[in-house]
Amino acid sequence: MAKPSWTQAIKTGVSSLLLHKLRSALTTLGVLFGTSSVIAMLAIGEGGSYEAQEQIRLLGSQNVILRSVKPPQEAGGSNQQSRILTYGLLNADFDRVRETFPAVALAVPVREFAKEVRVGARVSSPRILATEPSYIDVTGRIVAAGRFLIPDDERVRRNVCVLSTELARKLFPFESSLGKEVRIESNYFVVVGTLLPRVPTGDDPAKVGADVTGELFIPLATANDFYGVMQVKQSAGTREMEEVELHEVILGVDHPENVALVANASREMLRRFHKKHDHDVVVPLELLARAEETKRIFNIVLGSIAGISLLVGGIGIMNVMLATVTERTREIGIRRALGAKRRHIVSQFLIETVVLSVGGGLAGVGLGLLIPEIVERFADLKTIVTPMAPVLAFCISAGVGVIFGLYPAWRAATMDPVEALRHE
Amino acid sequence: MSSDSDRPIVAELRAATRVYTMGSERVHALDRLDFQVRQGEYWSVMGSSGSGKSTLLNVMGCLDRPTEGSYLVGGKDTATLSDDELSELRSTRLGFIFQSYNLIPQLDVLENILVPLTYQDDPPDDGAERARMLAERMGLGDRMGHKPLELSGGQQQRVAIARSLVNDPDLILADEATGNLDSQTAEEILALFDELHREGKTLVFVTHEPDVAARSEHLLRMKDGRVDEIVRHHVRRSGVSVGQA
Repeated sequence: MAKPSWTQAIKTGVSSLLLHKLRSALTTLGVLFGTSSVIAMLAIGEGGSYEAQEQIRLLGSQNVILRSVKPPQEAGGSNQQSRILTYGLLNADFDRVRETFPAVALAVPVREFAKEVRVGARVSSPRILATEPSYIDVTGRIVAAGRFLIPDDERVRRNVCVLSTELARKLFPFESSLGKEVRIESNYFVVVGTLLPRVPTGDDPAKVGADVTGELFIPLATANDFYGVMQVKQSAGTREMEEVELHEVILGVDHPENVALVANASREMLRRFHKKHDHDVVVPLELLARAEETKRIFNIVLGSIAGISLLVGGIGIMNVMLATVTERTREIGIRRALGAKRRHIVSQFLIETVVLSVGGGLAGVGLGLLIPEIVERFADLKTIVTPMAPVLAFCISAGVGVIFGLYPAWRAATMDPVEALRHE
Repeated sequence: MSSDSDRPIVAELRAATRVYTMGSERVHALDRLDFQVRQGEYWSVMGSSGSGKSTLLNVMGCLDRPTEGSYLVGGKDTATLSDDELSELRSTRLGFIFQSYNLIPQLDVLENILVPLTYQDDPPDDGAERARMLAERMGLGDRMGHKPLELSGGQQQRVAIARSLVNDPDLILADEATGNLDSQTAEEILALFDELHREGKTLVFVTHEPDVAARSEHLLRMKDGRVDEIVRHHVRRSGVSVGQA
């Protein structure tokens, strides 16, 4: 009983704080809001970067994607109503990339068509992707039913296709799509499988008005037989003829550390063989790194805003504790006269400060966990509370208590006991 | 007298000087004061205000140190002790009783009595038991859970006396301990002091009331920080109070 145990000391501290309930409660508010804003800010920051990162990750962090890009219109070019525009990746590029870079484990060519797909009276305009069987390996897409394209489809140029599930649902709402036929222009394709959809990629925003409802995959060899490289695009009264050999080449790199190498080499190579800037090299890993960097900066900014509010809370606590120390000068004198050593006085006031700030911190953690829920529900922002955030916020608030409690406690402990006793 | 001098010296000031600097003025609150207190003695200290009574009490209570000369408690020179050692000395060897009771408002009676023990480096195991017994003895048996503000002045001073006794001190220092009390209550408190004296406690009681001083065994009269007069066994010798001050 006589031993000044910690529980006893904390109990005494709490009872001292309870002498001024309102003041103590108000003092903790600063830390409460500071702590909760640290958690909320981190959760919102984390959530904001999560989706973008997830999309990038879906592109395949070990992939390098070469894309055909329509070059900027030459200014003097023309007012011609119709002309042929030739640009983009060539089959020669594909061969070069595959043969020159030993680090490229897989190279998958992709052509894309804008054509209508019909089943009976139902019409849809999906992305029609003509590609090779290894597409599924390099993208990690998942087969929902049936199978993906196989090498035999290529070899014998079968009229088969694979639908994404949302397209399958649209074209065959009441039945299984497997084994059924779809018509593209005048050709019929047998559906051999369906693929789970992927989240729309972040850097490829859905074109406004374009009815992109899913994807349809056909063997590249079959597509080359049926459809030439020429495509007609009609928009706003102009007719444009486009000639693109390959729309995309997806390179699967053997090791993550070779990704940058392959990316740079491809850029270099494409620059050498293409006069126009009609291509783009997309490196999900680079995007990921950039997203991570953005996230880091975002977190630092949000974190420091929250940190500042914690700091303000801490200053509030210090202010109140300094007032408390002055107010209790006589008590300090009495305790010193009765034998309290300086460290006893320091720990007494430090405990009170820490109880205040930890109390505020705990309430702040509660509020901080609540805010992301509310934000998610009403502001429709994704938030993620990492387990570290409340721990971090709590530790910071306790630390704030110690740091801002030290000075008032030190002031109390170094008072002259005689002076303190005389204090009214 | 001879039997008195056989007793061990509890506290001793040797040419103790305490100088305060107030602005440009140097005030000698104690001026080469020699004073000895032996075990079991009951002293009262008198003097007009500014005579150095309070400073003497602060020095004897190890709250202050002489600027020159020395003060010894139990043979130890306080000049050689650190702040922590002085604090330990206060919590183990000394008891304080103040004019305004100086209880800690947020603690109840029992907790208040226990305070000195909680600050000891090696507190006794039976502290709570001791505190309870002292509370009983002071007639506070039914008040142990009360806060100081719920008690009368006399009761508060009893708590303070219990607190000063809880560490079984070598020396009890009282500063105008009856100053805030009505004469009836003061008498009760003084009777308690007599009782403590009979039990062999060593007491130093600072007062400016002659009737109070008359209860003590010996009298130290101070003037300008010096000994004005030491009267031993003054009551027994004169039979009346020596209060001419």
